[in-house]
Amino acid sequence: MSSSFAVHTSQQGPITILALDGFLDAHTAPRFEEAIQTEITAGRRGIVVDCGKLTYISSAGLGVFMSFIEELRDAGGDIKICSVVPKVLQVFEILGFQSLFDIVDTVPDAVNRFSQTSSGQKG
Amino acid sequence: MENFERRFLLHVPSSTENLALIRDFVGNIGKQAGFQETELSMIELAVDEACANVIEHAYGLDQTKEVIVRARLDADAITIEVIDTGKGFDPGVVEHKDVKRLMAERRSGGLGMRMMKLVMDEVHYQMIPGERNELKMVKRLRKE
Repeated sequence: MSSSFAVHTSQQGPITILALDGFLDAHTAPRFEEAIQTEITAGRRGIVVDCGKLTYISSAGLGVFMSFIEELRDAGGDIKICSVVPKVLQVFEILGFQSLFDIVDTVPDAVNRFSQTSSGQKG
Repeated sequence: MENFERRFLLHVPSSTENLALIRDFVGNIGKQAGFQETELSMIELAVDEACANVIEHAYGLDQTKEVIVRARLDADAITIEVIDTGKGFDPGVVEHKDVKRLMAERRSGGLGMRMMKLVMDEVHYQMIPGERNELKMVKRLRKE
C-alpha cells in the first residue's frame, strides 16, 4: 500500500535542503511540518524542498508550505521548491502555487535562487 | 469496459493511516473503468480530500468511527460517495478565500473542498441530520 513518507535533511552552507520521499497526505504532513519547524526554531530561514522523490501530495501537504511561507519571508527567508515530478506539479498548479512559490528544476538552481535575490523571496 | 453497472464498497476505521488504502481502492476501480493516469490521480486526490475532511472534521480524529466509500461504475462515469455519521457542515457557509489570502493569514484550511470541485466534474454534499452526511462526486469518462 502507498503510505510511506520520509524527510531527509541536509545543509548547504546556510541553506537547509529537505528532501521529501513518498506520499505526503493528512497522515504524513505532520512529519513535514515538524521538519520545517525544527529549521525555523534553529534560526535557519533558507529552505529548499526537494520534491524529486515525492510521488503524491494532497492539500494537507500544500497546507504545510502555506502555513510557514509568510513567517519565513517576513524573517527574510523563503522556501524554494525543486525537482517536482509532473504528477505532483499538477496538484501545485491546480491551486496556483507556481505564481506564489519559487519552483525550479534542480536543487542547485534552488540554492542559487537564494543568492540571486537579496531578500530570498519570490517576485 | 462492458456496459453494465458495477458497485464497490469500502468500510474503514476513521484514521488518516487509512488514506493510502482508500486511494488505492478508488484508483484500482478507476483503472478498471478505463481512466487515464492523470485522471486517476485526480480521482484519488479528490477522495483523499473528502475522507481526510471526514476523519479530521466530521469525526474529530475519533478512530472508533467508520468512513464508508461507495463507488459505482457505469459506461460513462465513476460515481463515488463518501459517507459518515459525524458532524456535518453547510458547504454554503464554507469560506472560499484565495490561496494568497490564506497564506497571508498563515492558514491553510478549506483547500480540500476547493480541490475536489476543481478536479471532479460534479461534487454534491448532503447532510441528513441525525443520520449521516454524504459527499457525492462524479468523474466522467472522456470519449474519443
